[in-house]
Amino acid sequence: MARVLIVAEHDGRALNASTAKCVSCAASFAPSAIDIAVFASDGGAVAAQAAALEGATGVIRVDHPANENALAAVAAPQIAELSAGYTHVFGPSTTFGKDLMPRVAALLGVGQLSDIMNAESAWRFKRPFYAGNAILTVEAPEDRPVVATVRTASYQAAEDSGNAPISQRTIETELPTHTRYVELRSDSGGGRPDLQTASRVVSGGRGVGSSENFQIIERLADALGAAVGASRAAVDAGYAGNDLQVGQTGKIIAPDLYIAVGISGAIQHLTGIKDAGVIVAINKDSEAPLFEVADIGLVADLFAAVPELAEALGEQARSGS
Amino acid sequence: MTVVDTILVPLKRVVDANVRVRVKPDGSGMALDGVKMSINPFDEIALEEALRIRERGETGEVVVVSIGTQVWTQQLRAGLAMGADRAILVETDQELEPLTVARTLMALVEREHSELVILGKQAIDGDNNQTGQMLAAIWGRPQACFTSHLRFSDRVATAMREVDAGLEVIEVDLPAVVTTDLRLNEPRYTKLPDILKAKKKPLQTLSLAELNVDPEVQFRVLGIEPPPQRPSGVKVSDVAELVQALRQKGVV
Ligand SMILES: Cc1cc2nc3c(=O)[nH]c(=O)nc-3n(C[C@H](O)[C@H](O)[C@H](O)COP(=O)(O)OP(=O)(O)OC[C@H]3O[C@@H](n4cnc5c(N)ncnc54)[C@H](O)[C@@H]3O)c2cc1C
Ligand SMILES: Nc1ncnc2c1ncn2[C@@H]1O[C@H](COP(=O)(O)O)[C@@H](O)[C@H]1O
Repeated sequence: MARVLIVAEHDGRALNASTAKCVSCAASFAPSAIDIAVFASDGGAVAAQAAALEGATGVIRVDHPANENALAAVAAPQIAELSAGYTHVFGPSTTFGKDLMPRVAALLGVGQLSDIMNAESAWRFKRPFYAGNAILTVEAPEDRPVVATVRTASYQAAEDSGNAPISQRTIETELPTHTRYVELRSDSGGGRPDLQTASRVVSGGRGVGSSENFQIIERLADALGAAVGASRAAVDAGYAGNDLQVGQTGKIIAPDLYIAVGISGAIQHLTGIKDAGVIVAINKDSEAPLFEVADIGLVADLFAAVPELAEALGEQARSGS
Repeated sequence: MTVVDTILVPLKRVVDANVRVRVKPDGSGMALDGVKMSINPFDEIALEEALRIRERGETGEVVVVSIGTQVWTQQLRAGLAMGADRAILVETDQELEPLTVARTLMALVEREHSELVILGKQAIDGDNNQTGQMLAAIWGRPQACFTSHLRFSDRVATAMREVDAGLEVIEVDLPAVVTTDLRLNEPRYTKLPDILKAKKKPLQTLSLAELNVDPEVQFRVLGIEPPPQRPSGVKVSDVAELVQALRQKGVV
C-alpha cells in the first residue's frame, strides 16, 4: 500500500497553494497515508494550514533554525531521513520543488520523475516532455521510493476542510553549512494576484515594446483583477520581471482566462498555457501561431485595442454586471 | 586570481529549439529523422559563463563533456569552437536517465579534479531539470540552480537565482554545482577561424565502464502520445465583439 510524504512549500507564514495540488495528485491513487512535512524555523502557522488540507492524514513539523529559508542542500538530507516508511516523496513542480526533489532522490539513490500530470496508479504516471509536444507514460519500480514533482497546473487544490493531526520531529542528520541564504529580491506583483494561482492572467510580449508600455498590460490586468505574465522575450528585454515568465522554462499555469497581448505563440510559450480555460490572443499579425490555439482571437494593434478593452471591462466592473 | 583550475561544462545534444517535434504516428517515439540538432540552449549559456570566468582569469581551463553517441562530437566540436580548451566524450548508445548522467559526471569530476561544474538547468528534450541537483547531492556539495548572475570572491560563489517569487541570492562554498537560467548571459557567436582551430583541440573518448558507471534503467516507458489538441477558436473583429465573446464564455 502506498504511503506518500509531501514536502510543503511555504514562505514561513503561508502555505503555498502548490502543496494542496500535490495532495490532490497523491489522493488520486488513494494511498493509505498522505503526510505533509513542514520544514521551518517555526512551522506552527504553516503546519496548521497544511493540517486543514482535505486528504492529509498527518502533518510533521520539523522546526530548526537552519530551516528559516528553504535551501535544497539543507532540506534534502532531512527529507531523506524522514522518508523512511514512505513509498512516495512528492514536491511541487515549482522552482522550490525542482531545486529540491532531484537532490532528495539522488540522496536516496533513486531517479526522479518530473512534472506528473496524471497518476494512472501509484506506480504509473504521465508527464509531458519536448515542451509539451509529447506525453510520456512511465512505470516506476515498486521496490524503491518514487520521488517526483507534481505539475501544479494539472491538479485542483485540495479543499481546506480537513483536520489532520500535527506532530513534531527532530532530525538527527548533520546539516551542511556550505550553502547560505542571502536575500530575496522581489519587486513585481504590485498587489496583484499570484501568477501561478490566479484565475485570470494577462500577459504581454515583445510586441508591447517597452517597460513603460507594459503599463497597458497592467491596466488591463487591474480591470480584470488578473495577474500579469510575460513571454520570455518581454522578460529578456526587461519589460517584466523573471518571475512573470510563462512557458516551458518559466511558469506553467492554468487560469480560467488567459489573455496574450503582442505574443507570437512560440511552442515554448504555448506549453505554459495549454491548460488554460479560455485563451484570448490580441496580435496585429493574423498569422501569429497563437491564433491556432486561441479560443478567441482579435487581430488588432494592441495600443488601440488593449486600452479600449480595459475601459470596457472596467466599465462593466463599475456597473456591477 | 584563479578560483578553480578546471570548470566542467556538460553539453547535451538536443533537437534544435526552433524545430517543432512531433510524436511518430505509431507512437514508438519522436519523429527525429533529419531534424536539426544543437547544443542544449541552457548548456550554451553554461559554456559562455565558463568562458567569461576564464577570461577574467578565474579558471585555468574549461572542459566540455558529453555522454552520448559518437555523433555528439559535433556538439563537442561546436563547444571547442566557442572557446572550450578540450573535450571528453563518454561514449554510449543508451538513453540515460538523469541519475546515470549525474553519476557519470561525478566520475569525471574526480578524474579531472574539477571544483566547478556549470550545467544547463534543463535539457529541452526531456525537460527533466534534475542532473545538476543530482550531481550536487552525490558530490555532497552546494548547488546554485537557475542562476542568472554569478560572481566569485575567494572560495565563495554568490549566485542570483531565478525563483518563482523573484530573484534569490545565495552564497555557496566551492567546490559547487551551478545550473544556468536564460538571463545569465548571451552566448557568443562562433567565428569561422575558431571552427578550424577547434579541429586541433584535444577530444578524448571514454566509456561508462572505464568510469565504473552502471547505466541502470529505473523507469519503464510504456507509451508516448501527442498532447490533446485544443479545439479551434473564433476570430472577432473588434473590441466590442471580444467583450461579447468573453461574456458568452462566462469568463468576465
Ligand atoms: C531554451 C528556450 C527556452 C524558452 N523558454 C520560453 C518560455 O518559458 N516562455 C516563453 O514565452 N518563451 C520561451 N522561449 C522563447 C520563445 O522561443 C520565443 O522566442 C518567445 O516566446 C517570443 O516572445 P514574444 O512572442 O513576446 O516575441 P515575438 O515572437 O517577437 O512576438 C511578438 C509579437 O508581437 C506582435 N506585435 C508587435 N507589435 C504589435 C502591436 N502593436 N499590436 C499587436 N501585436 C503586435 C507581433 O506580431 C508578434 O507576433 C524559450 C526559448 C528557448 C530557446
Ligand atoms: N547526456 C548528457 N551529456 C552531457 N550533459 C548532459 C546530458 N544529459 C544532461 N546533461 C546536462 O544536464 C543538464 C540538465 O539536464 P536534465 O536534468 O536532463 O534536464 C543539461 O542542460 C546538461 O547540461
